[in-house]
Amino acid sequence: MAQRLTLEQIAHVARLARLALSEQEMRQMEKHLNNLMAQFERLQELDTTGVEPTAHSFPVYNVFREDVVQPSLPQEEILANAPDQRDGCFTVPIIVEE
Amino acid sequence: MAEWEACIGMEVHAELLTDSKMFCSCANAFGGEPNTRCCPVCTGMPGSLPVMNRKAVEMVLRTALALNCEISMTSIFHRKNYFYPDLPKNYQISQYGDTPIGKRGWLDVPVDGRIVRVHIRRVHLEEDTGKLFHLPTGESAVDYNRSGVPLMEIVTEFPPDMHTAEEARAYLQTLRNVLVYLGVCDGRMEQGSLRCEPNLSVRPKGSDTFGVKTELKNLNSFRAVQRGIEYEIQRHIAVLEAGGKVVQETRGWNDERGESFPMRTKEYEQDYRYFPEPDLVPVQFSEEWIEQVRASLPELPLAKRQRFMEQYALPEYDATLLIESRATADYFEEVVKLGAEPKAAANWMNGDLARLMNAAGIEDIRDCKVTPRHLRDLIGLVQKGTVTGSVAKQVLEEVFNTGADPAQVVQAKGLTQVSDTDQLRAWVQQAIAENPDAAEKVRNGKLQTLQFLVGQVMKLSRGRANPNEVRRLIAEELGVQVE
Repeated sequence: MAQRLTLEQIAHVARLARLALSEQEMRQMEKHLNNLMAQFERLQELDTTGVEPTAHSFPVYNVFREDVVQPSLPQEEILANAPDQRDGCFTVPIIVEE
Repeated sequence: MAEWEACIGMEVHAELLTDSKMFCSCANAFGGEPNTRCCPVCTGMPGSLPVMNRKAVEMVLRTALALNCEISMTSIFHRKNYFYPDLPKNYQISQYGDTPIGKRGWLDVPVDGRIVRVHIRRVHLEEDTGKLFHLPTGESAVDYNRSGVPLMEIVTEFPPDMHTAEEARAYLQTLRNVLVYLGVCDGRMEQGSLRCEPNLSVRPKGSDTFGVKTELKNLNSFRAVQRGIEYEIQRHIAVLEAGGKVVQETRGWNDERGESFPMRTKEYEQDYRYFPEPDLVPVQFSEEWIEQVRASLPELPLAKRQRFMEQYALPEYDATLLIESRATADYFEEVVKLGAEPKAAANWMNGDLARLMNAAGIEDIRDCKVTPRHLRDLIGLVQKGTVTGSVAKQVLEEVFNTGADPAQVVQAKGLTQVSDTDQLRAWVQQAIAENPDAAEKVRNGKLQTLQFLVGQVMKLSRGRANPNEVRRLIAEELGVQVE
């Protein structure tokens, strides 16, 4: 295998995903993610000479809607699941810059 | 002291003038009650799926063509991942990498009688975020009405073509005009529908490497853009001349205090982990689509200005003011088409009419009560000598306030120019009698004072006296020669 994810990288990804992992969970993730990486290593073995790089596997393009306004949801409904709200707005804890 | 050169690039975000949002059918509008233009898609509810707004894609294509860009025949969207409360999905749908809708274009920018060609690196489509307000309670309030509004990003090329704050401001103004002409953005910086983030570095003149750059945010007007960049250039130079190093950072502009300050950002925020948006299929442009859009492009501001200067023999100054908005340019051509002399029309529009509109807070000439026909008539009344120039100003004001016909205003208010010699001579004699000192000065050859007496007669006549006749009569009464 060419590349293995280090615990440090896993900690970084966990931080990006806002996941607070215990050390045991980190080790578990290390195992799972490296298994996954190994699957991709196998895919790399395929000869893709002459195959256009693509982001989508189906040859479907241009799925559009026309620029027409439809009714939105009522404000109460949008806010229905908000843990906290005030004057029609969602309220959230202030994001403290580090 | 070394000579320094600034290198300035710019990112511009423009909200597109579609009726509905980018990926859902909620209305795209400004203001209103918070969270009333929202649905599961633009609030990131699980299971909701985005569908592209064809009009938004076409508006970006339109802009890319107007900016002389190469078009990516297949263009895909990406997810830009980060956590912030104004982003309900925790990712923004954007375009990353080498398939933005437009790339490698340019815009010619007039600055001080020169043309600076500013190269454009990319023009791409993304979605706007919600709005966050900080509450006195120490919490933040979020309004998602803006979430998912189609947003176009235009980025200048590196190495940068701009080197002064004035050039950067001119670029933004020219770009804004183009966007407004194209009908893709309303260009209201104060409402945030057009936002700009310049980045700049400073290096010794003649150097071929670049200094450390900083990015500037919170610029909400053209004036702020120019002042902010000027400040930042001087700040860089001061740091360098003191033997220090510029720190790479994002800085905010405080317009009131006229200074920039460091905005702290989390370093891991830069780790956006872009990947292709699996919920959207690629956009594929055909030659027919591109040609159809290209054919629908309007005459752009710079071309129009050139034409106005040639076709109507206008000075650059007048032409520049007239083309600033498409509505104003169209209005001018309408007045001329109706038979008015072009220079006179330009003078009225850029002078008194602009002043009246400013004072009344009217931005769009189509919202003012003076129609092109009114202006044509007014110019005609002055040219025929029916009214004097100063009375015409009063008439314009009356038409501006009431929308009445200029000729009727003249009639109703008895403002017809008086050229009747007996009447004029009576006013002249009265003015001389009331101002013996001034009259004496004129008799002694102080001809500048003659103009003062003309003014007195104009007052007596409420602006209706024919000024040339008045001048002649005063000279005659006082026995002096005027050419």
